[in-house]
Amino acid sequence: MGKTKRIKFGQDNLAGILMSLPGLILLVLFVVVPFFTAIVLSFYNVDFSMVDGPKFWGFEQYRRILVDPVTSPIFYKALMNNFTFALIVVPVQTGLAVLLAVMLNVKLRGIAFFRSFFFLPVVFPMSLVAIIWALMFSRDSLGMLNGLLNMLSFGFIQPIDWLGDPKIALLSIALLSVWAGVGFQMVIVLAGLQEIPLELYEAASLDRANWWQRFWNVTIPGLRNTLIFVIIITTIFSLRLFDQIFILTKGGPIDATQTVMYQAVTSAFVEGNVGRASAITVVFVVIIIIITLIQRLVLRQNREVK
Amino acid sequence: MTTHELSSKKEVMRRIRRSRSPKKVFKTVLHYLFLTFVTAIFFAPIAYMLIGSLKPTAEVLDGINGFALKDLSFANYLQVFSTFNDDSMGFLWRFYSNSVIVSFVIVFGGLIVNSMIAYALARLRWRGRNAIQVIIVLLVILPFEAIAIPLFYLLRDYRNTYFVQFLPFIASAFSIYLFYTFFIGLPLEIQESARLDGASPWRVFRAIIVPMSKPVFASVTILSFLSAWSSFLFPLMMVDDPLYVPLPLEIQVYFTQPPTDWGPIFAFGVILVLPVLAVFLLFQRWFIQSVAASAIKG
Repeated sequence: MGKTKRIKFGQDNLAGILMSLPGLILLVLFVVVPFFTAIVLSFYNVDFSMVDGPKFWGFEQYRRILVDPVTSPIFYKALMNNFTFALIVVPVQTGLAVLLAVMLNVKLRGIAFFRSFFFLPVVFPMSLVAIIWALMFSRDSLGMLNGLLNMLSFGFIQPIDWLGDPKIALLSIALLSVWAGVGFQMVIVLAGLQEIPLELYEAASLDRANWWQRFWNVTIPGLRNTLIFVIIITTIFSLRLFDQIFILTKGGPIDATQTVMYQAVTSAFVEGNVGRASAITVVFVVIIIIITLIQRLVLRQNREVK
Repeated sequence: MTTHELSSKKEVMRRIRRSRSPKKVFKTVLHYLFLTFVTAIFFAPIAYMLIGSLKPTAEVLDGINGFALKDLSFANYLQVFSTFNDDSMGFLWRFYSNSVIVSFVIVFGGLIVNSMIAYALARLRWRGRNAIQVIIVLLVILPFEAIAIPLFYLLRDYRNTYFVQFLPFIASAFSIYLFYTFFIGLPLEIQESARLDGASPWRVFRAIIVPMSKPVFASVTILSFLSAWSSFLFPLMMVDDPLYVPLPLEIQVYFTQPPTDWGPIFAFGVILVLPVLAVFLLFQRWFIQSVAASAIKG
């Protein structure tokens, strides 16, 4: 390599800039500018109903969201709901994905056929998934899930108000979200499983390890990085929760399914309060950044351990 | 690699030998039964929609009898076709073409724009490259929800158009990142020698890089198509004229309008998802691979 003429840095200036330009312009216009607009707007009182335009408010929006005893509880309620949702969905969905992937990671005729069934909901738009489940969740005894539970319990379990009971609504949303998302994770875990060297399993077999021991001592450590990735994307996905809420519960009953994004959107869209919505957006991004930084730290530690 | 192959061959041979024993046959049958059971539970909501779309509404909402295969007809589909056939409700073909047009522009525009910038970042040496790389890595973290509100505010005068639905989604930091990691992994020799023979960067890109990169183009196509076709939040804020409403938003509108007529709503759902389902079944290997690839690289 050293003998041949190397292409010098700066030689491709024109081509590099020309080929990057379309993408750069679009990213700046539709991602960077909006993001900084959110930061700027969060310091203003901006309302579509106002005639005299935005008024500078300093940190008032943030004070109202984070500190004010009257207006902040609803935001914390939403944030708590997001985290509760994450606490349910992340372990359940990840665990289920691992079990499914292990179950489907066998050399059997037609296994691809089974795999694709679990991946199916991924090609369904969330709005359609929510509507299918709206009917599954019908609260009276004619509802699908209620009918099923009633039959399985020989009439013992009474009809549940899946989306109308404040104690259950968020769980119901979590249930349909796991159903919709688990196939995606399963595929990722399957790919991770195939990266684990077969020799490790053979060595474990020679050591007379049973299935369970092999699972805990070979499979799970081998999936470590995959699992960290899956957990992070599911956590971020949990913070983004919106479509299902908007279609099924509108944040109710009594704010049991309020989420950060749902509040941001309704603030802007229903109340016309763009300032508040922007401030919520900024807080949302800060939380995402913190989670990502934690991910980086964990991954780095992981590499050092290896 | 070779030891890998060897050991997997050994594994296969062992399985074949083992599979003759009755115990193994029994185990395999058990595994199939278990798989079928779990798959059936998982598939139930989709089956419910498919069956429900063929039944009168009263029989859809009837506990587990909703799965019963009786009184099947295409009446719900005909009703959907006749409902969405005037100016007040909008036209079914129009919702369809709205989704197709918007997704098409996002996917194809994105392939061109994102692969070009990724190549420039991965292989060309130019001023500003490093700074832009850093910015793109930062942007990958930012989910769309983080800019939805200001975008809505900035573009509020352009509601009910096509371009407002696709323009913000063409350039994607995530797609750029996928292209970038793929291009970085391509062998340098051919590219460098072509460059030394006087080929322009653009020619190298068109004639060498693109033909070598079919897998990543397929992955990006599938991933960006899935997100474009399912797009809900932004159309919800930006579109309410039936002339521009995409399918995932329209089914929500239909669902919200009383009376909630489940048979036709499910029929609408099937109509919405059927083409994507067909594409998925045809290219499922690609779908699954591209999701896996996105994770391993990400």
